Amino acid sequence: MSDTLAPTLQGGAAPPSEPVFYVPGEHHPKNGTLLGFWVYLMSDCLIFACLFAVYGVLGRSYAAGPSGADLFDLPLVAVNTSLLLLSSITYGFAMLEMRRNRIGATQLWLGITGILGLGFLSLEIYEFAHLIHLGAGPQRSAFLSAFFTLVGTHGLHVTFGIVWLVTMMIQVRMHGLIPENRRRLMCLSLFWHFLDLIWVGVFTFVYLMGVLP
Amino acid sequence: MSSHMDNLADRGHHGHGHDHHDDHDDDGASHGTMKSYVTGFILAAILTAIPFWLVMDRVFESSRTTALIILAFAMVQIVVHLVYFLHMDTKSESGWNMLALIFTLVLVVITLSGSIWIMYHLNSNMMPMSIHDMRKMP
Repeated sequence: MSDTLAPTLQGGAAPPSEPVFYVPGEHHPKNGTLLGFWVYLMSDCLIFACLFAVYGVLGRSYAAGPSGADLFDLPLVAVNTSLLLLSSITYGFAMLEMRRNRIGATQLWLGITGILGLGFLSLEIYEFAHLIHLGAGPQRSAFLSAFFTLVGTHGLHVTFGIVWLVTMMIQVRMHGLIPENRRRLMCLSLFWHFLDLIWVGVFTFVYLMGVLP
Repeated sequence: MSSHMDNLADRGHHGHGHDHHDDHDDDGASHGTMKSYVTGFILAAILTAIPFWLVMDRVFESSRTTALIILAFAMVQIVVHLVYFLHMDTKSESGWNMLALIFTLVLVVITLSGSIWIMYHLNSNMMPMSIHDMRKMP
């Protein structure tokens, strides 16, 4: 019985006296948090895929109401897009300063990122309020329901991203750039860049394709 | 000489031209550099500006052409974001990140194309279009 279980990987020339129970070259990720957070982001991606699919199905069901060409203000969307893209690169600068161990510069770039995010959010709230004021609220047509759900979910993510960002600025202020805070800032970096990536889909699929005749 | 060869092999292996130890230091994930962030930002800005210009100035007569072109730009820009901002490569977290991403992409494609395909067919089969059609209903 023990003969059949004996390792024969060595070609039978000189069998080792003890079986080897691990492969020396095996490599585990040393820090599972970032991988776990990436898996969360991918599940979030599926939520957005479902909302995009809903918009793709219902996006032309106007119920005799206003269409995207009547409602969308492309210059406003362009400003919004630039704000989010700028906030992405300022977060990148914060991460670079973090790796150089410069707390002040990290906090400065994080603050600028937060302000750009707030600018994005306030323009989006202004847009929503304007649409509801026009009578084009989410209950007007299937198109507007899908629009408010998709864009609103993205806006909600940005809101929580800003809450997280402020929390991290307080944490860094209290404890400095300790390993835990570095790990959290890297997770937030993934989250923030991921939101920008989703926005690429939103402005292309919803706004730009919505105004096409 | 051997260290030089190692360095060359490392670069060829890695594919980005960064030093291996600089790119994956202690946590298995990839990091950006100033150069990668600025490159990504410039590419993303260009890839954003062109679709806006195409739509706002009505460069193409046909909506279908414009839609296909801006969708292609969006896909390229998403790849740019993944590579330069999210630092996706086949090495980060020993490839598990890439595996999860590919799995998600497959699900996204099935969800989107499947929903749109099925729902458009349902739309055309759903409602009798006229009294004439209605008479033929069982």
